[in-house]
Amino acid sequence: MKAVELKNIIKTYSTKKETITAVDDVSFSVEEGEIFGLIGPDGAGKTSIFRILTTLLLADKGNAKVLGNDVVKEWKTIRDIIGYMPGRFSLYQDLTVEENLDFFATIFNTTVQENYDLVADIYKQLEPFKTRRAGKLSGGMKQKLALSCALIHKPKILFLDEPTTGVDPVSRKEFWEMLKRLKKQGITILVSTPYMDEAKLCDRIALIQKGKILSINTPVEIVKQFGQNLYAAHSENMFKLLNDLRAFPKTKSCFAFGENHHLTLDGENIEELKNYLAERGHKQLTIREIKPEIEDCFMQLMKAHPNPSQREGL
Amino acid sequence: MKQLLIFIRKEFRHILRDYRSMLVLLGLPIVQLLIFGFAITNETRNSSIAILDNAKDETTQKIITKFENSRYFDIDRTLTTNEQIEAAFKSGKIKLAIVFQSNFQNELAHANKAQIQLIADATDPNQATTLVNYASSIIMDYQNELNETNKLPYTIKTETRMLYNPQLKGAYTSVPGVMGMILLLISAMMTSIAIVKEKELGTMEILLVSPMKPWLVILSKAIPYFIISLINVATILILSVFILGLPIQGSLTLLILATVIYIFCALSLGLLISTITETQQEAMLISLLGLMMPVVMLSGYAFPIANMPFVLQALSNVVPAKWYIVIVKGIMIKGIGISQIWKELLILLVMTVLFLTISIKRFKIRL
Amino acid sequence: MNKEIVIKTDKLTKRFGDFIAVNEISFEVYKGEIFGFLGANGAGKTTAMKMLIGISKPSSGNAAIAGYDVYKQTELIKRNIGYMSQKFSLYEDLTIKENIQLFGGIYGLSDDQIKTKGESLIEKLGLQDEADKLVVSLPLGWKQKLAFSIAILHQPKIVFLDEPTGGVDPITRRQFWDMIYEAADNGITVFVTTHYMDEAEYCHRVSIMVDGVIQALDSPEGLKMRYNAQSMEEVFLMLARGAKRSD
Repeated sequence: MKAVELKNIIKTYSTKKETITAVDDVSFSVEEGEIFGLIGPDGAGKTSIFRILTTLLLADKGNAKVLGNDVVKEWKTIRDIIGYMPGRFSLYQDLTVEENLDFFATIFNTTVQENYDLVADIYKQLEPFKTRRAGKLSGGMKQKLALSCALIHKPKILFLDEPTTGVDPVSRKEFWEMLKRLKKQGITILVSTPYMDEAKLCDRIALIQKGKILSINTPVEIVKQFGQNLYAAHSENMFKLLNDLRAFPKTKSCFAFGENHHLTLDGENIEELKNYLAERGHKQLTIREIKPEIEDCFMQLMKAHPNPSQREGL
Repeated sequence: MKQLLIFIRKEFRHILRDYRSMLVLLGLPIVQLLIFGFAITNETRNSSIAILDNAKDETTQKIITKFENSRYFDIDRTLTTNEQIEAAFKSGKIKLAIVFQSNFQNELAHANKAQIQLIADATDPNQATTLVNYASSIIMDYQNELNETNKLPYTIKTETRMLYNPQLKGAYTSVPGVMGMILLLISAMMTSIAIVKEKELGTMEILLVSPMKPWLVILSKAIPYFIISLINVATILILSVFILGLPIQGSLTLLILATVIYIFCALSLGLLISTITETQQEAMLISLLGLMMPVVMLSGYAFPIANMPFVLQALSNVVPAKWYIVIVKGIMIKGIGISQIWKELLILLVMTVLFLTISIKRFKIRL
Repeated sequence: MNKEIVIKTDKLTKRFGDFIAVNEISFEVYKGEIFGFLGANGAGKTTAMKMLIGISKPSSGNAAIAGYDVYKQTELIKRNIGYMSQKFSLYEDLTIKENIQLFGGIYGLSDDQIKTKGESLIEKLGLQDEADKLVVSLPLGWKQKLAFSIAILHQPKIVFLDEPTGGVDPITRRQFWDMIYEAADNGITVFVTTHYMDEAEYCHRVSIMVDGVIQALDSPEGLKMRYNAQSMEEVFLMLARGAKRSD
């Protein structure tokens, strides 16, 4: 049995003026015990998919199952076996850490003691602040508390909608370490994130943009499918380098990428490019071939699936 | 059951920790009671009056005709005995009774003075005073007409009696009014805000996904406000009995029963509001404009319903507070029993069932 | 390079009771620089930024923004800076044009200026067809680009950006940074916070705040060299992991 299965799900929202297709014919499945990542920017349709799977939203078309239960007909069963952490850390800001956890344990018909071992790992870090109100916690702490609350009833599947958004890199790293440990305990995790660098931490990922799935595979396979040589360029004046690289006639794509610019070329023209840049006075120029990252793949796929609201350039 | 208790405890924590709102909720009735004690006088038209003419002579006929022609009064009935006066007032229709002494014309002609008694229903003191003033001026008019042709001045003495509220205390109107308003505010507005807040925070998503039954969520939201409402009722009644010196004439049990029904009605209204709004701001606006305004304007608490245009009068019938205020006035001030207010109670009950049914139909198990 | 100082702080401190949110931070930012202001959640970034833009009074220490004192000349500071945050940037229920008119007006531009600058802004972003549409109907990336353009419409000396690219798709995120580069090229100083560590690499200099103090301040290359790290993420993790407090 698949942990999660979606078939041709379509969800639209109508406003007075227009109809927006939030989820556009999406199908995928998640195996039991894996960490599956839904990777895409805001407005990609991630939250709608999560709400459909957690039985909070009805799809217009298509069907979906969670551990074999239909999300429309068997919503009650599904609600008993899943853990859900919505996009905003949904905690009671005026209740303390302890009170929040107690409360969520009770409404899920369990107690904190009963499943303490499951959350112990995470909750230990919160223990020194257990009498502090949730509203006064930092983003990283709120996130840990929200995860504890979603876990306290020992769900079979965990739905985490953008758990790391707005959280600093340290907390994000710790959070992913926690997810790895939960996976070892046999919990299936479906997680969404706008941070492309988190993709490599998932077993399988679906890249999603404007309601459409661009690609589904393991992170390694997605990178393999990039299918082009990718170069990293660096020089003293990075802004000028970016403009010059883009002006080079054989440049197919060029994006700033941290300390380097990543570019793809028509054919193998590295020497020609180096001369071209040298003519334009770039010093300490280095260009080397590199392995693409998920973000490179995402941008390539975005370009291959252009949509009307994404215009080139400025 | 444990779920429910824990949930209610959580609600109380929310309420107690927001101590500013808490202070407002508990302090408001006290402030309101004091402020609305000094209510504003309003013009009154076409008030129903009763006439007891013990003389039945030409002069009294002329005076009665003057009353008939006045735009302020409608003669609702003519009485024959003193005993009928009380009954007329208890029927609730009569605002003022005019009693002419026997031998009115004779007394006036020979002793140069005669007496008219004005008896007003002072449950609404402002209205009572206004009516008495109008009536007195009509009589004075007539007296002046007579004196133009006579050398010896005639004096028609008017004697005024304020029924039910001899000292014309503002508290007599403000107590039922404040109760009608505060209970609605707390039960309807606060409950709707508390439910919508969960939607806004996103916690409703988790609650819906949890095994907790939706109706349990609603119930646990309503109970704390039900309790606070009861505390407020107690505060208002204690204040009105011991500070304002306004005794409860009728049955306290009946009053509490009626109040509980009214609170249920308000709670179900709050629930209804929460099902049609998405943000706390919306819920607050709808509660204030949709509930408070009609309570103030149309319940007969600030402005007499009798003086409103027909459309507003008809509209006032759908305001639960109107019926509740009638009940409270009846029990507290006139001391009437269930036989005279069962209709109003029934209306409140029907409204409650209606609001509840609509809300349950509308309550979404999804987003 | 003539290094004109536009932000200068000297032992700038903010206390809330016993809690020292920002503890004696001293740094300088130069004209035309892209300055990355990093730190873990709760390190004191937001509090420090609030003092710099003149909406929170420091407990002690000094700071001059565009030459104006943060204690006495907050009104002048506000007139000379631009501000944009992820949470609030534009009025979604107004059209693009109306937002331009509003913010132009707030910053004291004349009607003519608003008209000409607004038109060139709309043209530059390629929003001619959308100019009369409500901002709410725009995709997030466009909103953020528009918000940035509006924040620098009045040619401020410094623009403060609080996590401007959160949740934006990777291509738009880069287009956004192109705009930042361009603004810096035109002499506008850019003061930016972000959680994307690759964006830290785009900054000329980066400061990393830990527990209310500035733990490190250098160019990305300098920081990587000093901490013997491959990327800014490594540097950040190394420094922020030592944090004692979480709030």
